[in-house]
Amino acid sequence: MDHETLGERLREQGISRRAFLKFCAAMASIMALPPGTANAIADAMSKATRPSVIWLSFQECTGCTESLTRSYTPTLESLIFDMISLDYHHTLQAASGFAAEKSRIDAMRNFYGKYLLVVDGSIPLHDGGIYSTIAGRTNLDLLQEAAKGAAAIIAVGTCASFGGIPNAKPNPTGAVSVSDIIKDKPVVNISGCPPIPAVITGVLAHYLTFGALPELDDLGRPRSFYGETIHDRCYRRPFYDQGKFAKTFDDEGARNGWCLFELGCKGPTTHNACATTKWNGGTSFPIESGHGCLGCSEPHFWDAGSFYSALSMPASALSLSTDAAIAGAAIGVGVSIANRFKKRAAKSVHVTATIADLEKQHE
Amino acid sequence: MNEVLFLTWVRGMGLNIAIGIFVLGTLLRLLEIYTLGRKPDLATPRHRAGASGLHTVFRRSLPPPGMFKKSPASYVAGYVFHIGLFIVVLLSAQHIKLIQSLTGVWWPNLPAQFIDAATVVTLAAMVLVLVERINKPVKRFLSTFEDYAAWMLTFLPVLTGYLATHHLLLPYTAMLALHIISVELLLVFLPFTKLMHVFTLWGSRWYNGDVNAKKGVAV
Repeated sequence: MDHETLGERLREQGISRRAFLKFCAAMASIMALPPGTANAIADAMSKATRPSVIWLSFQECTGCTESLTRSYTPTLESLIFDMISLDYHHTLQAASGFAAEKSRIDAMRNFYGKYLLVVDGSIPLHDGGIYSTIAGRTNLDLLQEAAKGAAAIIAVGTCASFGGIPNAKPNPTGAVSVSDIIKDKPVVNISGCPPIPAVITGVLAHYLTFGALPELDDLGRPRSFYGETIHDRCYRRPFYDQGKFAKTFDDEGARNGWCLFELGCKGPTTHNACATTKWNGGTSFPIESGHGCLGCSEPHFWDAGSFYSALSMPASALSLSTDAAIAGAAIGVGVSIANRFKKRAAKSVHVTATIADLEKQHE
Repeated sequence: MNEVLFLTWVRGMGLNIAIGIFVLGTLLRLLEIYTLGRKPDLATPRHRAGASGLHTVFRRSLPPPGMFKKSPASYVAGYVFHIGLFIVVLLSAQHIKLIQSLTGVWWPNLPAQFIDAATVVTLAAMVLVLVERINKPVKRFLSTFEDYAAWMLTFLPVLTGYLATHHLLLPYTAMLALHIISVELLLVFLPFTKLMHVFTLWGSRWYNGDVNAKKGVAV
């Protein structure tokens, strides 16, 4: 667990300066920093000490780790493991049992106040949090312990960021996000199901370069990646503006690559970098493959109505209308009967006035 | 509750409740009004009952003599915003799609650019009638809270619809949710305010014309 500088480490690994500068330039552009910053990133990063990173996986599907490790972008993600010292990650580490837990405890002790805590997965709270435990301890317990000495926490994936699928109705385990529990540490939410690997890399590079976390939006996501909607940067946007929509997945519109809004695309309400950064080494993103956006980087996307109903369409059936019509008719008839009775009552107490009565009043 | 959940609620349970109240209120009011009845008129009609009712339905759409000159803006803007609302609400592709998804009934739509122009004109005309209402002493005197509330309930859906379509001011998620909830508020209050004229207009005009004719004021 040597913590030499990143520059030394990269040289040892045989990574050329050219490859490293290319990486820094890519990071600068991906984070929308001025081009000149690439050199600053290179300088700062080569002098930076590799931070210790503890990665805790809670109620999750390992999709986030899969996304990170299986990205094809050359060297980008392999660089991650050179940029940081990943001291605990129970899917990737070779150690198991007590040895594995020891490495976590050692890292927490040796780098107290300095290590980065990465969390993927939500934390169950119901029934004392027993629905997810590691080495006999609940996720809540592990998170609170690890968060105490963390410099910052990176919540990777929608589960850790917003509760995700475990948090979907009816949420049997009482799953919550990291930021629902940890209030006294900076938390960055890298949402997505799974999140884009380059975003994880970008946030780490930013932290190493500037010694601080990037600017966040109101949901705690880095603005440089989540600042715009999928719809705003979608290559199918011109078709939306022209009102050309695919109506089914195999009609002429779909074959012509028209907008998928009417097929339930959640691009207009989803903030993420898929449309620009893309997936699988820049190959494509879901809309490019002909399927609408599911909105996976937004909180509660699982509960936001059907994936296949347009955003402006009713999310559920109008179940109250028939009852309302019957109730309306019944009350209407009731009121009209009441009015009849009122009229009859008024008629029965009516006294015909004679001229004599009127004269009497006049006097 | 975040924006996405708010949007999901307004297009789910919110819409369900609003349409429920709208259907209930409209049926209730229509039944209440049309079952009210009148005492049998025992007098011989002064005028042979003809088409006075039907005539009045149309005649009331024209300004009475001299009135147009007195406040042309009311008539022009009034007509413009009513026709504008008809176009924007019933002839835009988005709204037809919605009606089709709820009822299966659909009809051809107008181009988006035309709807856009109609929306802007409608908004301008509505602002003009509000200015008239505030500026003309008699109108201001006759106006109650309900008049201003009804104006606001009608204006907001048009405004938020335009802003949502063009992704202005707020993120689309929030603006679309505001648009839908503003329409829901309109639906909820429509049966219980003067906005009920949507349904009662033709009937009451016909009734007035008919009764006036029987009293000898035929048209």
